[in-house]
Amino acid sequence: MSKPPENAPISFFLNGSPLSLSVAPGRRVVDLLREDLPLTGTKEGCGTGECGACTLLVDGLPMLSCLMLAAQLEGRNIETVESLEKDPVGEKLITSFEEKGAVQCGYCIPGMEMTALALLRKHPDADREDIRKGLSGNLCRCTGYVKILDAVEDTAKTLKAPKEMP
Amino acid sequence: MNPVLFPRTKEMLLSMVKAYPEARFMAGGTDLLVALRQKQKALPPLIGLERMAGMGDILKEGEEISIGAACTLREVASHPLTRQHLPLLCQGAASVGGPALRNMATLGGNLCTASPAGDTLPALFLLDARLDLLSETGLRTLSMEAFITGPGRTALLPGELLHRIRISIPQNTPIQHFEKVGNRNAMAIAVASLAALIRMEQGLVTEARLAWGSVGPKVIRSSEAEAALMGKPLREESLKEAAFHAQKAVQPISDIRASADYRKTVSASLLQRLILYRDSDDKGEQS
Ligand SMILES: Cc1cc2nc3c(=O)[nH]c(=O)nc-3n(C[C@H](O)[C@H](O)[C@H](O)COP(=O)(O)OP(=O)(O)OC[C@H]3O[C@@H](n4cnc5c(N)ncnc54)[C@H](O)[C@@H]3O)c2cc1C
Ligand code: FES
Ligand code: FES
Repeated sequence: MSKPPENAPISFFLNGSPLSLSVAPGRRVVDLLREDLPLTGTKEGCGTGECGACTLLVDGLPMLSCLMLAAQLEGRNIETVESLEKDPVGEKLITSFEEKGAVQCGYCIPGMEMTALALLRKHPDADREDIRKGLSGNLCRCTGYVKILDAVEDTAKTLKAPKEMP
Repeated sequence: MNPVLFPRTKEMLLSMVKAYPEARFMAGGTDLLVALRQKQKALPPLIGLERMAGMGDILKEGEEISIGAACTLREVASHPLTRQHLPLLCQGAASVGGPALRNMATLGGNLCTASPAGDTLPALFLLDARLDLLSETGLRTLSMEAFITGPGRTALLPGELLHRIRISIPQNTPIQHFEKVGNRNAMAIAVASLAALIRMEQGLVTEARLAWGSVGPKVIRSSEAEAALMGKPLREESLKEAAFHAQKAVQPISDIRASADYRKTVSASLLQRLILYRDSDDKGEQS
């Protein structure tokens, strides 16, 4: 029922691989990912741009997949949380979130991690205040944010630190 | 199923408008898609502006900064030209939502939504922005006063596009300051905001422009408050007097975010906070 009938072809890069498919141009990107593909790592919270749970990267910039239409993806480079472990910064983020215990229900985490990924790629030297500002559009109803900030700060420190002796 | 179209040139755009007279323009979609989904109907035909040539750039043309209406608020807030010449607008743009939203939302969209709480509007009013509108019949230019006709209402005609926003570069490096009070640091619509453009010479105010957002059907200015600062240093007494006039000028409503009284108080406090610039002096004039 949620799938409208008439489809159009679109091509884009999804997590590094080219993808061509036929989709209703007005379909929301979050639905395309979660229901059609199905890549359920991206979460829908509010559906109105307020919570950041559905954040993915479009040409490297965080954007909200609940306010994006499939047609807008044409020719773009999309990264979802499913690509995180294949990215050097993403891999460190995953470890830091685990080590700092920065997860409770986990619903906000894919959006948090994708936002942090874009931030740290661009500003590997981000300090806590930069991180706080960078994540200001991502809501979490469980953790109180402290451990999330700890985790992202920890990743930033690891990225900055010269390779340590074993 | 209605199409979602992405014109790349003015010609393509105008022919699409002709083919789909019921189409809506979509820039970032952050207002439009939320509004359309609330109606729970099928989407109308959409003409997306994100790939239009010459609508996503910021240029210096003579003594003017010209901003494509489809520039995202991130671009507006971070571009070297706007940062150098229009810090007031940068501060307004940077106040909208969170980073991901600013990667999508555009300056043109903020203007065309014409919300009394639109964070770039007070700055655009004070900077005397001129708006280039494009349609089949050609180009016309409107002032902010003529463009914003009421809460959520603009002078745009059906099928007419906001193409560029043009602003003369302010001379003699005035103080430019925008501040917003919301219920949260990010993603909160303003309870009240103040844009101020103040020029000082030898420690005295020679020009004061003040505009409040979110406290009336449109951006509110107060010539009494502006006059109260003229010819005086930026000190507590003159700011207090100006704040008294500001309280009378604003016409806030009570809503779920704040009461009218609270908004009046905040409007006045925002003004008194300009005391932070007390020691500023005009630098551009001294050669
Ligand atoms: C969670 C959330 C938080 C927000 N917070 C803020 C905030 O703090 N401050 C604030 O000011 N706003 C806020 N907004 C509102 C919104 O993001 C801004 O108004 C934004 O600038 C709109 O730009 P857009 O490009 O997304 O517009 P769209 O949604 O694409 O368009 C808005 C309207 O303008 C028309 N339009 C767009 N561009 C043109 C053009 N060039 N010519 C003619 N018509 C055009 C569209 O047809 C539509 O009617 C928020 C929105 C959300 C969802
Ligand atoms: S689901 Fe997209 S921002 Fe909340
Ligand atoms: S961990 Fe539950 S919403 Fe963030």
